[in-house]
Amino acid sequence: MSDDTKNGAEPDRWDPGVHSYASMGYYNADYEPKDTDVLAMFRITPQDGVDPIEAAAAVAGESSTATWTVVWTDRLTANEHYQAKCYQVDDVPGRPGEYFAYVAYDVDLFEEGSIANLTSSIIGNVFGFKPLKALRLEDMRIPVAYVKTFQGPAHGIVMEREMLNKYGRPLLGATVKPKLGLSARNYGRVVYEACRGGLDFTKDDENINSQPFMRWRDRYLYSMEGVNKAVADTGELKGHYLNITAATVEEMYERAEFAKELGSVVVMIDLTIGFSAMQSLAYWARRNSVLLHLHRAGHSTYTRQKSHGVSFRVLAKWCRLIGVDHIHAGTVIGKLEGDPATTKGFYDILREDHIPTNPGNGIFFDQDWASMPGVMPVASGGIHAAQMHQLLDLLGEDVILQFGGGTIGHPMGIAAGAEANRVALEVVVKARNEGRNLLKEGPDILRKAAESCRPLQVAIDTWGDITYDYTSTDAPDTAPTASV
Amino acid sequence: MYLRHGAFSYLPELTDDEIAAQIRYALANDWPISVEYTDDPHPRNVYWDLWGLPLFDLDEPDGAMHEIDECRKAFPNHYVRVLAYDAGLGRQTTALSFIVQRPAEEPGFRLDRTETSGRTQRYALRPYATESPAGARYGSGADGSP
Repeated sequence: MSDDTKNGAEPDRWDPGVHSYASMGYYNADYEPKDTDVLAMFRITPQDGVDPIEAAAAVAGESSTATWTVVWTDRLTANEHYQAKCYQVDDVPGRPGEYFAYVAYDVDLFEEGSIANLTSSIIGNVFGFKPLKALRLEDMRIPVAYVKTFQGPAHGIVMEREMLNKYGRPLLGATVKPKLGLSARNYGRVVYEACRGGLDFTKDDENINSQPFMRWRDRYLYSMEGVNKAVADTGELKGHYLNITAATVEEMYERAEFAKELGSVVVMIDLTIGFSAMQSLAYWARRNSVLLHLHRAGHSTYTRQKSHGVSFRVLAKWCRLIGVDHIHAGTVIGKLEGDPATTKGFYDILREDHIPTNPGNGIFFDQDWASMPGVMPVASGGIHAAQMHQLLDLLGEDVILQFGGGTIGHPMGIAAGAEANRVALEVVVKARNEGRNLLKEGPDILRKAAESCRPLQVAIDTWGDITYDYTSTDAPDTAPTASV
Repeated sequence: MYLRHGAFSYLPELTDDEIAAQIRYALANDWPISVEYTDDPHPRNVYWDLWGLPLFDLDEPDGAMHEIDECRKAFPNHYVRVLAYDAGLGRQTTALSFIVQRPAEEPGFRLDRTETSGRTQRYALRPYATESPAGARYGSGADGSP
């Protein structure tokens, strides 16, 4: 970013050589974003001595048309139209050296309906740019004009409820444990016991694919035996998220087809398969009336640290566009990362149709989904029946609460663990509807229900005191204050 | 067996006061109430018989409770459920559903298996009750009454 002056004067825009990104038009404080622009908000940490506005302009440039030097071939295009424009730079409250930079991109920059293309632009080269110490994509506004080019969730929350015939309460699930080592026959036993005890779903874990101890086809056969027996025992529909993640998309289609053939209502993919594979399977899921569960395996490598990476709220938006039906989005109170306000922001992004700007929840733009169906968030990881009132209060009704250890680790057995969770869930929903204060009365409501449900009493005795009370890494830095 | 259907099927049977409280919650959300009955408990039997049209414009649960009672009287051995419907944009679906009457005896479901190739099986779920014609299940009378 040197040499931007010639004999002390600003160079002409098209003089050969290296100019500042700001002077080339990548910063424009007067720019008024259009309703059709894709907007991005980055947290930038410039290297020492680098001007924040120039750093922000460089981010806009490197994520759109710019290269490091002037090229005359830009003059063969309507260059200004294709330039991303940084239009606002704010200090991050309480974080010296960090800035919030707002960048607008014309929708023409992106291929219709392609998350691969959107992400190759927005997070392509720019995250390795030397003049920045760190860079984080905090939020994006996807304009309706672009939203409407995506399929969106294969089915969405409303259709999932109609498909399963289950209304008015969160759904319940459990991940089969141990995640590695069970034979197919033993694995299906866990599915059966958990489902017959009262869960709606059981789940393969992210790294259960097709290993020597249990090949995928065998797992599918025994799991579906468990599901069908449990449906017959209870008279309600159930499913097991059959993980179809594999080395190639062709192999994933084969597994998905077999899951469908066996009558499974749901299949599962891992985030590690990549955005395009996810999108292909979302189309498959809609064509075949099978729900698509996404496990966000690997996301914390880039979502967790505040200064660098991509916020999960952005990933959540991409996944809604890609078209998954379920996505893990945090529990707040369980064992995995999750600040309450930030997590509320994630849930809103996945479920609501219009999400207003709310920096307190990490939401920096209004987002309008134009009636695109919602994604069912999944809360999983270190939660148990004695927290049910808190979970309902924090996460609401359109959520899948997954208790793996909290079901399978129950001292009276897996079915008892499932029953404890189901009774706890129903009694807190019933109490909420009756107008009772869950946070105040929740523990009493659960204890009272446990008087006629021994498995719930045992669950409370076993786990009642377990909490994970650590400071969150990814909490919002609230409302921008002074402009630079 | 004990049919698990609706939001509260793992709790003790709701009393009429508890049913009224749930209906009050629905009405507070502007969700109209409907009452439905069936003698086919198959989980994919979506369309239970309507006990009249949905009850729009109720302020208090009394009207709904009256219809529930009438339905129970007419079909004392059927399943009866209450549904609350959310017509809000973005929902336009059932918001809450729960059972308010069930037959004294619930024979449950038979799981039929047909073995096909590659160790796969076709599963079919049959309520034992549906081995009798509709209306003659769960009780002796043609309308299900004893």
